Amino acid sequence: MKILDKKQLAPEIVKFVVEAPLIAKKAQPGHFIILRYKENGERIPLTIADFDREKGTITLVCQGIGKSTREINQMEKGDSFLDLLGPLGKAYPVQKLGTVVCVAGGLGVAPLYPKAKALHEAGNRVIGLVGAQRKEMLIMAEEMAAVCDELQFSTDDGSFGHHGLVTEPLRAVLAREKVDEVVAVGPVPMMAAAVKVATEFNVPVVVSLNALMVDGTGMCGGCRVTVGGQTKFCCVDGPTFDGAVVDFHELLMRQRYYRDQEKEALHRCKLEEAGK
Amino acid sequence: MRQQMPKQDPQTRRSNFTEVAQGFTAEQAQAEAKRCLNCKKPLCVEGCPVEIDIPKFIALLVDGKPDEALAKIKEKKSLPAICGRGCPQENQCEKNCILGRKGEPVAIGSLERYCADWGRARQGEEPASATPAPVKGKVAVVGSGPAGLTAAADLALLGYQVTLFESLHAPGGVLRYGIPEFRLPKAIVDYEVGNLIKLGVEIKTNVLIGKTLTIDELFATGHQAVFIGTGAGLPYFLGIPGENLNGVYSANEFLTRVNLMKAYRFPEFETPIRIGKRVAVVGAGNVAMDSARTALRLGAEEVTIVYRRSREEMPARLEEIENAEEEGVIFRLLTNPVRLLGDESGNVTTMVCQKMALGEPDASGRRKPVPIPGSEEELAVDTVIVAIGQGPNPILLQGTTGLALNRRGYIEVDPETLMTSIPGVFAGGDIVTGAATVIAAMGAGKRAARSIDQYLTRQKDCGVNP
Ligand SMILES: Cc1cc2nc3c(=O)[nH]c(=O)nc-3n(C[C@H](O)[C@H](O)[C@H](O)COP(=O)(O)OP(=O)(O)OC[C@H]3O[C@@H](n4cnc5c(N)ncnc54)[C@H](O)[C@@H]3O)c2cc1C
Ligand code: SF4
Ligand code: FES
Repeated sequence: MKILDKKQLAPEIVKFVVEAPLIAKKAQPGHFIILRYKENGERIPLTIADFDREKGTITLVCQGIGKSTREINQMEKGDSFLDLLGPLGKAYPVQKLGTVVCVAGGLGVAPLYPKAKALHEAGNRVIGLVGAQRKEMLIMAEEMAAVCDELQFSTDDGSFGHHGLVTEPLRAVLAREKVDEVVAVGPVPMMAAAVKVATEFNVPVVVSLNALMVDGTGMCGGCRVTVGGQTKFCCVDGPTFDGAVVDFHELLMRQRYYRDQEKEALHRCKLEEAGK
Repeated sequence: MRQQMPKQDPQTRRSNFTEVAQGFTAEQAQAEAKRCLNCKKPLCVEGCPVEIDIPKFIALLVDGKPDEALAKIKEKKSLPAICGRGCPQENQCEKNCILGRKGEPVAIGSLERYCADWGRARQGEEPASATPAPVKGKVAVVGSGPAGLTAAADLALLGYQVTLFESLHAPGGVLRYGIPEFRLPKAIVDYEVGNLIKLGVEIKTNVLIGKTLTIDELFATGHQAVFIGTGAGLPYFLGIPGENLNGVYSANEFLTRVNLMKAYRFPEFETPIRIGKRVAVVGAGNVAMDSARTALRLGAEEVTIVYRRSREEMPARLEEIENAEEEGVIFRLLTNPVRLLGDESGNVTTMVCQKMALGEPDASGRRKPVPIPGSEEELAVDTVIVAIGQGPNPILLQGTTGLALNRRGYIEVDPETLMTSIPGVFAGGDIVTGAATVIAAMGAGKRAARSIDQYLTRQKDCGVNP
């Protein structure tokens, strides 16, 4: 569980290469891990953004949003995570479908990349559409470029690539040619919007849901999501689901439940930092 | 007269997480032990799932030998501090005690706890237990609840090198994540786990068998037998509209956040919990009582148990029901939730309930609750905790080919040997029986350890290289 390499990808976004031979051996696109970085820390789920079976390493990408993720991002090469459990979740079933559009918003590139890579290796034509707030927040562009037959960028402020939402190039591609599947990963509103566009064109769309989790092993049910009118446990039944039947509104509400507590923790953390 | 164990006052204890029952004093233990008639044909022993020699250990207490009394108990079970606190004695040993016919039975559980606590207070003084060198072979135990802990301890004592795999970051199973601090202090679980390590058991946390490693891989890495004690950890929900609203927790999630992740000490511990002013807990087993009493301690103003049957059918231990009542938990019996309503942020606000009446006995022998038409009522709530039972977690079961399950989805075993359909793989505890008790799980762990030893010895004798 030692951090072998650390790289700052963007402001607040850090990539870690971690020694985890057992997990690397089993990892598949779509899998995630649960991590605890210190004794009184939370259990944090992070997608396996890449893995190297030979070297026995996995790659994690962490965005410092709350207190815990900010503290994780302060860990250095040579440090060790306290606990690392995985691989968890159902693997994304990689098939040769033809043409697949992989759409990512923000940090969504990290979970999307292993899927894009596997789709590419399976012989699909992969079109990558990567969106971010602004240019400096675009991450993993080189990695994506290596596995995409076509790659477009968009930024909300127009500082790089298409000026606007990532769903706009998605619409353009779907209008332009026949696509067999859309894979969309990112913030909930972005995934919901991507699903809407894909459904308009009658293209199947899979998403990767980031529900709040505790154990990640099906023991608490805190990660419940409604898919096709049925309750599913995101950690065991997902995190990859058929986007067309996901209740995104419920997911968004559930993600916000602890917002006040998270703010409080972050506020205290900042006070402590200021005090130092 | 049966001695009453000193307890924290209800008004004080309902706002702290310190243990409620404080244990007998030495004088009380003496007085209570002296009540035992030392029956020739002790009925209490028949009621004990692991057949502790109850009159003998009590007699040793009377003689002022708590160390020997504890050793006597430990001949039959490895976790007395835990059972003394958590066993449903009123349905087991104490139910049979002859004194109970006319008056009150001997407080066997409290005496057991007294011995165990006596030993724990003197930890370090006791001579290191003589473990035989691990020469007999290598066994893997999956799951560190009472079944796994017991199997691991007994196998180590029988001379096996044991690796104990646990998916969570801390060992103990329900003892760690489910049963709250005020009923079972985690220091006791730590102590028992420490003893296991002293016996030479290697504990590997953060390993999910079925995902991180498979049972096949356990054999491939030199383990000659496997014991599965993964519990019944999958929470059931009611399946009513509105159940995914915010503020609706499974008891597992609620208790895990508080016990394992220590959310009651947020923000020092970083896992949050939100507790409302009005909390409804659905169900009336031990898990429901623990949830209700935990909710009070987190600051809820009003905590209501909502249960569709009547008082007599409540499955929780009597003592826990009484404790909950004393602390001010409200009981709404013969009441069944039918839907939950929420506000625009998706937070639960209302539980719509239906009143029930008891009809004919059902398959479980209990009278079946039937809805009274037109009896809907609303309960204002901002937290709902669903504690209506658990099922088998599918991860290991789906990740293991050839493992036969019964109709209810639990692992099928030979009732004598506890061997599953896979040779060399044994199972016991809640994963076989469905949610039951700590002592039943320990009993299964014990039995499995014995039959694993027999199995491996036979294999060796036959010259089979397992
Ligand atoms: C809140 C609560 C209160 C209770 N109160 C009482 C009481 O007062 N008295 C009483 O007698 N009983 C009580 N019970 C019931 C009792 O705790 C259980 O019957 C008992 O713990 C079952 O033991 P077990 O060893 O079978 O499983 P568990 O204690 O459930 O332990 C199973 C362990 O296996 C781990 N695991 C699961 N799957 C895997 C996997 N694939 N790989 C690795 N590890 C895995 C789990 O994380 C867990 O740690 C209570 C239960 C709860 C939930
Ligand atoms: S039945 Fe009661 S009185 Fe008799 S030996 Fe057991 S505890 Fe003592
Ligand atoms: S995170 Fe607990 S069940 Fe999914």
